[in-house]
Amino acid sequence: MSSVLYDNPGPKARLRNHLYTLIFVVVLAFALWWVLAAMDEKGQLEWRNWEPYLGDTEAWETYLIPGLLNTLKAAALSILIALPIGAVFGIARLSDHPWIRWPAGVVVEFFRAVPVLILMLAANIAYVQFTNLEPSTRLLYAVVTGLVLYNGSVLAEVVRAGILSIPRGQSEAAMAVGMRKGQLMRNILLPQAVTAMLPAIVSQLVVIVKDTAIGGAVLGFGELIAKARPASSFYFNVIATLVVIAAIYIVLNFILTSFASWLEKWLRTRKRGGTSVVAGDMIEEQAPGLRFDRPGDQMGGAPPI
Amino acid sequence: MIEDLTRLFEEYNLLGAFWVTVQLAFYSAIGSLVWGTILAGMRVSPVPVMRWFGITYINVVRNTPLTVIIVATSLGLWQTMGVTMGSAQFTTTHFRLAVLGLTAYTACFVCESLRSGINTVDVGQADAARALGLNFVQVLGLVVLPQAFRSVIGPLASVLIALTKNTTIAAAIGVSEAALLMKEMIENEADLLFLIFGVVAFGFVLLTLPTGLVLGWVSNKVAVKR
Repeated sequence: MSSVLYDNPGPKARLRNHLYTLIFVVVLAFALWWVLAAMDEKGQLEWRNWEPYLGDTEAWETYLIPGLLNTLKAAALSILIALPIGAVFGIARLSDHPWIRWPAGVVVEFFRAVPVLILMLAANIAYVQFTNLEPSTRLLYAVVTGLVLYNGSVLAEVVRAGILSIPRGQSEAAMAVGMRKGQLMRNILLPQAVTAMLPAIVSQLVVIVKDTAIGGAVLGFGELIAKARPASSFYFNVIATLVVIAAIYIVLNFILTSFASWLEKWLRTRKRGGTSVVAGDMIEEQAPGLRFDRPGDQMGGAPPI
Repeated sequence: MIEDLTRLFEEYNLLGAFWVTVQLAFYSAIGSLVWGTILAGMRVSPVPVMRWFGITYINVVRNTPLTVIIVATSLGLWQTMGVTMGSAQFTTTHFRLAVLGLTAYTACFVCESLRSGINTVDVGQADAARALGLNFVQVLGLVVLPQAFRSVIGPLASVLIALTKNTTIAAAIGVSEAALLMKEMIENEADLLFLIFGVVAFGFVLLTLPTGLVLGWVSNKVAVKR
């Protein structure tokens, strides 16, 4: 395998690579042994700690499954509400009228600049002040509100990038056959943009799933990570509980990430339809003020955090 | 409203809390730049085991919510394993644990940005440099890295901004930064909710927007036009 950094290895380089491999494996094994020894010393490796999750279903029924369901409920509600809001603001930012374009731009940039936790905290107290919802419903609403405000503005950028990714010939052809601006958007640009945006939307779902955990840990919304303290103080197995919870998130998000990149690859290489695509890593997520939708800037984007 | 505002600034240490936010972001940025560069080095190295380690680390850590990592540093490392990060004080220990968690998480994104920066450089550039007789260090230092660095300024700026916003999650383990102070403030003074939200939000806009604008301008300025 040749790369920009090194040539195909010759006999000397191959020997050296084998040596590096050996050293690295030894260091890695030593680090692993050190961690496991430290855990063993604190009794965290005993079967008693792991049994509630690996040998029984009670812990799953009491803590993990209800927590996971709350995580999924908040994430699903957030993306469903944020999508139309994002579409409206994304299209508004492309408007020909400055008095529509500018306010939409200010709103989108503001909510991208503010941490989602700040939005959740404010929404929670706003619901306490102005409504009399039950605490559990209120927390769900607060988490979803925070996520919608933030992700709505990120999705607005996705929609904008999606529309801009359609080749200009499409708009020119539509205008040449006499379509109005509204018709052009509805019949030509949006249908193609929606397909182009799919991978980015799935990637954003990963961000939403991860961000629901903020609501659990700081506000006390009963999702997966909020169950870590009750579960581990019931079974006295902190490390095992954290490992299992992290594993659930990793599996869930890994499936979503893989699906997004499969979708992206499929869209890029399909035979029928356009090949424009907004990659999950192109949106440049939470960076207000940064523009990456101009040609030439699209290379080397960081994945969404 | 002006009276309320001055009272808030007198009764609560808002500037102090934002100073903690800045410190969290600063130390984590340096930490994740170092660890992220090491990871990127492994990701592009000719040794398969190192590449495998880099990919595994990134897939595992990136798909774990930052909240879980931060909570795990306190609940797992400190409370259970007795890791104190060289300090007997709760505040200092938890500040350092938060920096550790933020570094471990953000390094993934630094690594991916750097790697994609290296990938933007055409293999032909290195081939041409070698054909001219440049040695490995010259190829890397004169041809490949200068082009790679220029294309990663933008992505690294977004990582830095995301990191600044992510420091709020340290509130989950009681680090007294801006979000934790805001939580305390709006619980005590619920009738000033919008004023408090405005002040804290303005603080974050002030921290993130200039960074984004300046670094966005720099990255456009130095971008390699292809």
